[in-house]
Amino acid sequence: MAVFEHTYRNYAGPLTPEWSRFLIIPRHAFRDVFKSKLFTAFFALCFIPLLVEAVMIYLHHNVNALGVLQVNIRELIPIDATFFQTFVNLQSGFAFFVTLLVGPPLVSRDLRNNALPLYLCRPFSRTEYVAGKMAVVLLLLSLMTWIPQLLLFLFQSYLEGARWMIDNLWIASAIFIGSVVWILLLALLSQAISALVKWRVVASGVLLGLFFIPSVFGEIVNQLFRTRWGNLISLGALMRTVTAGLFGTFQATTTFVTDFDGQVVRRVLSEPPLWCSWLVLFFVCALCLAILSAKVKAYEVVK
Amino acid sequence: MATAAAIPTAPAIQDRRNFAPVVDLDGLSVTFGGRPILKELRGELRGRAIGLLGPNGAGKTTLIHTLLGFHSPSSGTAHIFGKDIITDAKQIRALIGYMPERDAFIAKMSAVHLVRLMAELSGLPPEAALERAHEALFYVGLGEARYRGVDTYSLGMKQLAKLAQAIVHGPKLIFLDEPTNGLDPPARARMIRLIREIRDSGQANIVLSSHLLRDVEECCEEILILKDGRIVTYCNLEEERKANRKFLVLETRGDQTKFAEAVSALGCEYALTGDHRVKIVLQEGIEVRDLYRIAADQQMQIRRLSYKRDSLEDIFLKAMENSHGGF
Repeated sequence: MAVFEHTYRNYAGPLTPEWSRFLIIPRHAFRDVFKSKLFTAFFALCFIPLLVEAVMIYLHHNVNALGVLQVNIRELIPIDATFFQTFVNLQSGFAFFVTLLVGPPLVSRDLRNNALPLYLCRPFSRTEYVAGKMAVVLLLLSLMTWIPQLLLFLFQSYLEGARWMIDNLWIASAIFIGSVVWILLLALLSQAISALVKWRVVASGVLLGLFFIPSVFGEIVNQLFRTRWGNLISLGALMRTVTAGLFGTFQATTTFVTDFDGQVVRRVLSEPPLWCSWLVLFFVCALCLAILSAKVKAYEVVK
Repeated sequence: MATAAAIPTAPAIQDRRNFAPVVDLDGLSVTFGGRPILKELRGELRGRAIGLLGPNGAGKTTLIHTLLGFHSPSSGTAHIFGKDIITDAKQIRALIGYMPERDAFIAKMSAVHLVRLMAELSGLPPEAALERAHEALFYVGLGEARYRGVDTYSLGMKQLAKLAQAIVHGPKLIFLDEPTNGLDPPARARMIRLIREIRDSGQANIVLSSHLLRDVEECCEEILILKDGRIVTYCNLEEERKANRKFLVLETRGDQTKFAEAVSALGCEYALTGDHRVKIVLQEGIEVRDLYRIAADQQMQIRRLSYKRDSLEDIFLKAMENSHGGF
């Protein structure tokens, strides 16, 4: 119907499937996010390490290029679990900064302007709303973490051969699980903070503080007690531990308790066990979900 | 004290018994922190345009929010077009449009973008959503300003944008919560005209919550008056007016006393209000021409005669006075 026919009428056309409606939010959000040239430039910058990774994999298998460069890159940088882990950690850092820019305003902007009743008065649940908002962060971060990393894994497999791929399939699963856990944590934290703090700048500050302030305290605990249990309050350290566990590079360090004569009395585990790190991450995610469940409501009831 | 308010049945409502009620309240109660807000509401609302009236804190907004599924009933339930608000919440919300009382928009988003997003969330495909977003904005009168950010709009424009997002998906029932709040007289008139147009299109039922009696009087056929979380009146406005006794105000010249005595002899109540005015309550079977006849007999002139029917304000005040605890 043309716009000049100004009468009220019902809609009788086809409807989109219910399951797909949460994806409407990221579709509209991406349009806003990429309006900023600064963000677009930064997002493009995040792919540079991946480009370097691709070049290194390529050089690793290009004998002519290695001859020209006169370096034995095969021995210098072997393509193994540590190689992929390094780049996963690097991309995780970039993912954190992308989250800082994109995550905080997603829910807070709606809360500040009372937009939630507009969403929730439609056939659109609170779960779909949260899923939609999280999808904005998850899709963006997936594009710069596990998706290109897995493509590079396939590239390496293509160059190295099917045998290498079968032998190292666990690396692919480590890339996927490690990245997904990290971006899920970032998405949940940024949405929970966004739901608690209505101002974007403050929300970004809180997210930044949440990663760095506990890290400082954790390090103080580590230094004071000559342990590494302080890592349990540092989200960054937790993720590094979990990633190391997935890539098989986790080492449980121990210290020796000695008496005044220097005799070893007993050996203690200075590093928290791997399951502790997983447990803390699980707890943080559960806490974020609880916050979102409490705050994402059409109207807050004053009791 | 009664626990549930019985709804008086107006004659016009009887005519619509064959149709499913728009809203069927079935002992609906809502409690916040142990404090009852809605108390066992019962009744069937069937009007094309239903006005929700009541003093502040009566539970009007809470009733709308509960019907929308924002609050869970503590007991009882309600049905909208026969669907349960607890078990079929999503299906119900597909049929509903809602214009909230407070400012509600998404910052840095143009009106057309906002309304399109809301249409898509209601299930419309992107192309249809965009087309209807334009239509809805033209319909409410924001056609020229549709590419501007909603946060830059004036209060009146924001109200219109809220109406546009409420109707963009063509709902069958529209909840309007204080739609004329903060509007200047021309903007209010425009809003009232739009609401009446939607009502008269016959494509949607309207539930209008307002504390402004004039708005409800101009838009609604039926009214539901709430007080302290209870229904004190549900009636058809026109039928209620007709059912009320007719007051006549006469401006006269001549001896009023004899005229009044003659009218009283017919069984009509009267009051002499000075300034040559007489107020008369007509009894059944007494016509206006009888008054003219008496006036002629008493050699008195009737210069002016006007009916004074109960206004919505009278109905509202009566409902408040008759409810428990007084007004």
